Amino acid sequence: MITHSLSKFVGFIVLLMVTNVTFSQRVDVISVPELQSIINTNNDTTYVINFWATWCKPCVEEMPYFEALHDKYEGEKVKVVLISLDFKSQLDKRVVPFVEKRKLKPYVALLDGGNPNDWIDLVDPSWSGAIPATLFVAGDKRKFLEQSFHDLESIETIIQSIN
Amino acid sequence: MKKFLFAVLAMVVWTTSFASDINDPPVEDGLKVGDVAPDFKLRSTSGIWVSLNNYENAKGYIVVFTCNHCPWAVKYEDRLIELHNTFEPLGYPVIAINPNDPQVQPEDSYTKMIERAKEKDFPFEYLIDDGQQVYPQYGATKTPHVYVLDRTRTVRYIGAIDDNPEDASAVTEPYVAKAIGAIERGQAVDPQTTKAIGCTIKTKKK
Repeated sequence: MITHSLSKFVGFIVLLMVTNVTFSQRVDVISVPELQSIINTNNDTTYVINFWATWCKPCVEEMPYFEALHDKYEGEKVKVVLISLDFKSQLDKRVVPFVEKRKLKPYVALLDGGNPNDWIDLVDPSWSGAIPATLFVAGDKRKFLEQSFHDLESIETIIQSIN
Repeated sequence: MKKFLFAVLAMVVWTTSFASDINDPPVEDGLKVGDVAPDFKLRSTSGIWVSLNNYENAKGYIVVFTCNHCPWAVKYEDRLIELHNTFEPLGYPVIAINPNDPQVQPEDSYTKMIERAKEKDFPFEYLIDDGQQVYPQYGATKTPHVYVLDRTRTVRYIGAIDDNPEDASAVTEPYVAKAIGAIERGQAVDPQTTKAIGCTIKTKKK
């Protein structure tokens, strides 16, 4: 019995390792409370939380600037969080392939939020719900922008302005 | 003197445009519940020009900013057809308006709109906001974005079509249908506004 569960456990570990090799980056599926806990993180790190979707053209166009931000500040106190608003049914069909193809390095999570009307205001009351949109969180300071970015510098300027 | 006047005028124009740039939250502009919605005259995929006052005997209007390309809008196509088929006979037609600039989003061109309307056999008029003059007056920020108006064109509801974009069969709050029900019964609409995720309206970069 013990041997059996042990072999199962070993099998699970092997599977995990194989999966790890296959998927360079996994996509978490998170709930609204989990999103809130990211938003309400009150520490000395600046969180750049970008709301996007694979089908959203302006979101995909600005993605390189968030990747550049991630690369530039790796190991520092700036963290990029990419929250996909793709439909949950598209996770394996679109989101995971997108993340793998682009070898996205920042943290990516798909929000399984249910009724958007219940959580849009939690991100920011001024948000109409259009994407792309980005929330900057530094300690208890926040800055929300319902707009696209066209360069890395403008993102950095906002990070500096709230720190 | 003429030159001076022109300079003053230019200053005024510049200052006002600057001022409007400063406080330019597009969300805050546009219609609110209780406002009277402006009429328009836009070309439909059926070839005709459509205005709200074309609809004789309308008891209200379901004005929806939507488009071809946006997956959230596409998810709602069948539900818009159903809304129209349910409520048009009661006097509440769906009027769909594509607010996007086709030069920015070619999938939303008038020709492609005609194709989509035929494919889906839209029972409602599908209009192009050519020149993008109408959506800013309404204050639409995304597709889909709905405005339910009553007989007097007073805005009674703004927001989402229902509470489940992904799965029509799992809807528990059919906001638009409920708003029309309340208008029919002469009651207050509740909720009057909701929010939904959608695609930004495509305009040329300024």
